[in-house]
Amino acid sequence: MSPRRVRAEADAVGRQEGPLRIIVDGEPVDGIAGQTIAGVLLAADRLSWRRQRSGAPRGVFCGIGVCFDCLVTVGEDRDVRSCRRRARDGDVVTTQTRQAEPGQGREAQALRTREPETGP
Amino acid sequence: MTHRHVAVIGAGPAGLAAAEAALSAGARVTLIDSADQPGGQYHRMLPDAYHAARPERLQHGWRAFDRRRRRVLAHPRCTWWPDTSVWALERPDTEEPGVPRVHVLRGPADGGRRRRLTLDADALVLAVGAHDRVLPFPGWELPGVFAAGAAQALAKGERVVVGDHVVVAGTGPFLLPVAASLLEAGSRVLEVLEANTVGTLARGWSRRPWELAAQAGKAGELAEYAALLIRHRVPFRAGRTVVEARGDGRVEEVVTARLHADWSVVPGTERTLAVDAVCATHGFSPQLELPLAAGCALRRTPSGEFVAVDDDQHTSCPGVYAAGEITGVAGAPAARSEGALAGWLAGGGDPAAPSLRPLRRGRDHGRAFAERLATAHPIGEAWPGWLRPETVICRCEEADYASLCRAAGNEASAGTRVTKLETRAGLGPCQGRVCGPTVAELTARLTGRPAERPVEGLPAAGPHLRPIAQPIRLGELAAAPEPSPDNPTPQAG
Repeated sequence: MSPRRVRAEADAVGRQEGPLRIIVDGEPVDGIAGQTIAGVLLAADRLSWRRQRSGAPRGVFCGIGVCFDCLVTVGEDRDVRSCRRRARDGDVVTTQTRQAEPGQGREAQALRTREPETGP
Repeated sequence: MTHRHVAVIGAGPAGLAAAEAALSAGARVTLIDSADQPGGQYHRMLPDAYHAARPERLQHGWRAFDRRRRRVLAHPRCTWWPDTSVWALERPDTEEPGVPRVHVLRGPADGGRRRRLTLDADALVLAVGAHDRVLPFPGWELPGVFAAGAAQALAKGERVVVGDHVVVAGTGPFLLPVAASLLEAGSRVLEVLEANTVGTLARGWSRRPWELAAQAGKAGELAEYAALLIRHRVPFRAGRTVVEARGDGRVEEVVTARLHADWSVVPGTERTLAVDAVCATHGFSPQLELPLAAGCALRRTPSGEFVAVDDDQHTSCPGVYAAGEITGVAGAPAARSEGALAGWLAGGGDPAAPSLRPLRRGRDHGRAFAERLATAHPIGEAWPGWLRPETVICRCEEADYASLCRAAGNEASAGTRVTKLETRAGLGPCQGRVCGPTVAELTARLTGRPAERPVEGLPAAGPHLRPIAQPIRLGELAAAPEPSPDNPTPQAG
């Protein structure tokens, strides 16, 4: 097992859940209202969602907006710290990579972001 | 009414106390925080949408905090700016220090359509806090390795736990509340590892015990955490730490080892342990971007640099006060005393008011406590012994230890600026927030000279010098700033 949300029934703080759904790289991911995008992803058992230049996977490290390991694209906003952004129902999230595709030159390696799909 | 306008940056224990005191001195206050709720990291609140019936379950001193929060935010002379990032402080005159203009972006974090505003106040209270310092070790970049603060922020602020079989490692009393948060939320904490040896801890904590008595609240809090560890049969080991994390695409196991007092590994004491998460912390880095932008002088201590303040929490910059962890890491009670003192004086309150006496005393006890903390939980000299040539030092640019060693061996490049360009350490998205102090320390050791070599015409290259304190999009930068509605007559550019 991995990261997960404390179950509402068992939660000592007595919280209520309002469902929300975000779309991550085209796939629906369920969370609850109030979570950050990083929180939604972690609780949905996704520990990493970004690739470094070497191809190494990255997810949350500092959790408070300092390390920038957890960057995602939200709608048209690139480089959003997912630990600092509350998820909204229907958010379209695109994961990012700095990894070069095989055969690409050095210029293409620099800061390449997978572009978000344009809306309908 | 003192007719003064105080801008308080940061709404944690220090900032909230500062706002309250400035209001009671009769000033008008603008309270600014990057989060959508006050509380900072210590009183990190659950989201409103959780409608938590018993939020006090996760907080020490919730009642007092809750009362203060309501009083401050509802005050007619308080303007609360949540979701607001201060991205620059602009000094009116670089030669002559004065109260800087505050540049902010208002709106959800890193959004593209935030409002850009400026604010001119009669005084500033900087209470921006600190973040975990994590030393690098092989595998620390694997998903599943977290800064200890992340685990706590997620558990306290969202009710998400980072794993089921967790090791908490590093140094300092912060290891205990982190372990407690994980246990409370249902994780199994396999071990809590304090890298400093029993000898170091005892020498640091048992000297001058009367100073500790003044921090009875803190001691009680720690005793509670210790009792919780015992109840859950979690071993707390001193003189042992995580020296490596391993796994395929995520952390699967850690190697722990016993340490000498200088944090060199005792050979043959390595043990492997299966985990699905690791939480690490080796102290705190104060967030010094804004104090440096304001022109505040720093003071150097064995545990790093902090904002220098006088007995009134006044920095070297006229009209700029500092409170909380940026002046020294002493915990929430000290931060509250410092904040209240700073806020009262910034708001034009009487410096001879009798109510200041207990605040000054609390602040002084806090300072003594901070020194004790630093003595009991130093970073051992020999920690770079854990590093391998391929160990990542700069997480953003994946600069490894070998590249740093190569740069240090090159006479021409062995200064901070050139090392950055040669290795790219510190040039990634986080701008050296995570690796800065580490790179500065390693460079100094490898070259045998201070890392900050002077370059004519340029300010010293410290690890905290970031003129753009928070990311701003080019479109936002290009848009003309609106004056704050609080400043009816903004001065021209």
